[in-house]
Amino acid sequence: MSKKSPPKSAAKSKTSSRGVTEKILLQMYRSVYATRQFELKCMDLYRQGLVRGYLHPYLGEEAIAAGACAAIGHDDFIVSTHRGHGHCISKGADLKLMVAEIMGRATGYCKGRGGSMHIFSKENHNLGANGIVGAGIPIATGAAMGIKVRKEKRVVLVFFSDGAANQGVFGESMNFAAAFELPVIFMLENNHYAVSTPVECSFGNCDLACKGPAFGMPGICIDGNDAVEVYLTTKSAVERALNGEGPTLIEAKTYRHGGHHLNDPGDYMDQKVLAEWKARDPLDILRGKIRGKKKVKEVEDQAELELSEAIEFAKNSPQPSVDEFLTSIPNF
Amino acid sequence: MAEMMYREALNRALFEEMRKDPLVFVLGENIGERGGSYKVTEGLIKEFGAERVIDTPLAEATFTGAAVGAALAGTRPVVDILFVDFTTVPMDAIVNQAAKYEFMSGGQGQVPMVLRTQGGAGNSLAAQHSQSLEALFYHIPGLKLVMPSSPYDAYGLLVSAIRDDQPTIFIEHKLLYMTKGEVPEEEYVVPLGEADVKKEGSDVTLLTYSYMTLKCLEAAELLEKEGISVEVVDLRTLKPLDEETILASARKTGRVIIVHEACKRGGIGGDIAAMIMEEAYDDLDGPVMRVCGLDTPIPYNLELEKVCIPTTEDIVEAIIKIT
Ligand SMILES: Cc1ncc(C[n+]2csc(CCOP(=O)(O)OP(=O)(O)O)c2C)c(N)n1
Repeated sequence: MSKKSPPKSAAKSKTSSRGVTEKILLQMYRSVYATRQFELKCMDLYRQGLVRGYLHPYLGEEAIAAGACAAIGHDDFIVSTHRGHGHCISKGADLKLMVAEIMGRATGYCKGRGGSMHIFSKENHNLGANGIVGAGIPIATGAAMGIKVRKEKRVVLVFFSDGAANQGVFGESMNFAAAFELPVIFMLENNHYAVSTPVECSFGNCDLACKGPAFGMPGICIDGNDAVEVYLTTKSAVERALNGEGPTLIEAKTYRHGGHHLNDPGDYMDQKVLAEWKARDPLDILRGKIRGKKKVKEVEDQAELELSEAIEFAKNSPQPSVDEFLTSIPNF
Repeated sequence: MAEMMYREALNRALFEEMRKDPLVFVLGENIGERGGSYKVTEGLIKEFGAERVIDTPLAEATFTGAAVGAALAGTRPVVDILFVDFTTVPMDAIVNQAAKYEFMSGGQGQVPMVLRTQGGAGNSLAAQHSQSLEALFYHIPGLKLVMPSSPYDAYGLLVSAIRDDQPTIFIEHKLLYMTKGEVPEEEYVVPLGEADVKKEGSDVTLLTYSYMTLKCLEAAELLEKEGISVEVVDLRTLKPLDEETILASARKTGRVIIVHEACKRGGIGGDIAAMIMEEAYDDLDGPVMRVCGLDTPIPYNLELEKVCIPTTEDIVEAIIKIT
């Protein structure tokens, strides 16, 4: 088996919900399911020419955002990436405003100025997706500084992927956060590729979690396709942070279900390994842990309804006004 | 002559220079098997192998700094940074290292490095993937700056940049990669520092570069029918700047409009306008004008994006106003 294959430990935790309440399980399932449907619908909209620019689907990685966001509160911050729809949805975004943004409409989260790569929601304490790989990591570190300055009990959860972990700001931020015991959780979504570059070709040591202890914080490697495991691990990192004990690095292993973005067929990916990961679909794993199948169906129906309403809303929303845009340009 | 796309011309220049000089190598993200997002490095890895076509970790500050080091150690690296927007990450390597080494070391430490990158709006890629940041490099003594508009120039200038002993920032435009033009079969160079009069005219001079050259030529053609004779000067190399050609054209027509996609404030147009005013004031029939991008980050929405960038109509309007 290739070293990129799914972790073996995954099998035993397959059906165990490990004491997590049904309420939380269903909340996570809603995130995973809504994200899955959202991505598939956005891909359709893209093909219809209603969405432009870059679209980086989170397909296959949904359990990470779902599990991690379920472990933090509404007032906690998240910092997202270019592959950010799942983070945004899991943090409680309004699907209407999301679709509208991705379609560039005036009613979108960023008035149609940002698009897929730049969704930001002040209300949800989502400090934004980012088009610059790695840029969110120091921003999250700084948000945690802000929390300390304001003497608040909050945490920052920052998502980034293996590629970003090669940037200097990753190491610098880890050190910074550890040195000042900042309440930040570094969620490294190891999907094994940075565009077409596999992890084995860009790291001298592919054990990415070990970078945590190197900088003075725990480094925990988990199965990122298991929302329950992500949830429980994040929960303990949050407790640590709130106790003033500082940051945690979590490496959540996962795999993209396709190419880097919509126009990348991803044919450099090992098809056998991809099939193995797809067989461990985060959606199925989580569904298998929920007893109440009727509730599952309800969650699915509700998410689909919300999504189709969101698409209607976005389609009926106006384009941003050019005049308003021109008069709003700041003089600096 | 063969018809070729801009990206194919660049690709050919890389192939030929790498064949000719074993010290030339390329490095950047996803440029090997994948051939780069715009296919400029396609096929190189098959011929030259992974030692000279290096898929780097995602670490611009380090691989650009490393290219400076490799250049100091006697090679000719061609760094590939996918978007000019990302050049802000390795800015120290560019501004404080590459640009300064030769000077600081009293001429001992040359940095014959090329940094190829790509900019401009037009694909709804929003604020961090659509910028025109050439003025950042223009401002730094010690850097050469090249922005070709045609396949012919792209090939000839890339060959020159690779052979040149100073660091060169080579900025392509995302809307130019698929444009086609004639390129001679045999090897040639376009020397750095020479502007090209892409169209001769006598009433007004358009000074421009990169993608805007195409817009200027369109505007010139439209006005030719109205009886206005427009000269289009493609600067091609912004540093060294071909002041001679600029001033000759300014003196000839007496009316100058500078057109660039980058925002107006602090843009290159302001500097060139001042230079013309200082050198050729008496030969001008009026003030030098600028048609530039708006002073704003680029929005995602298509219609908003369009209003940020000069259009052919904007250029036509400016010409009518000035003549
Ligand atoms: C500073 C910077 N360099 C390069 C890019 C181009 N780029 C966009 S996404 C990406 C790969 C990112 O890989 P990773 O961090 O693993 O995230 P993933 O796409 O796998 O989620 C690259 C190279 C960028 N946007 N920003």
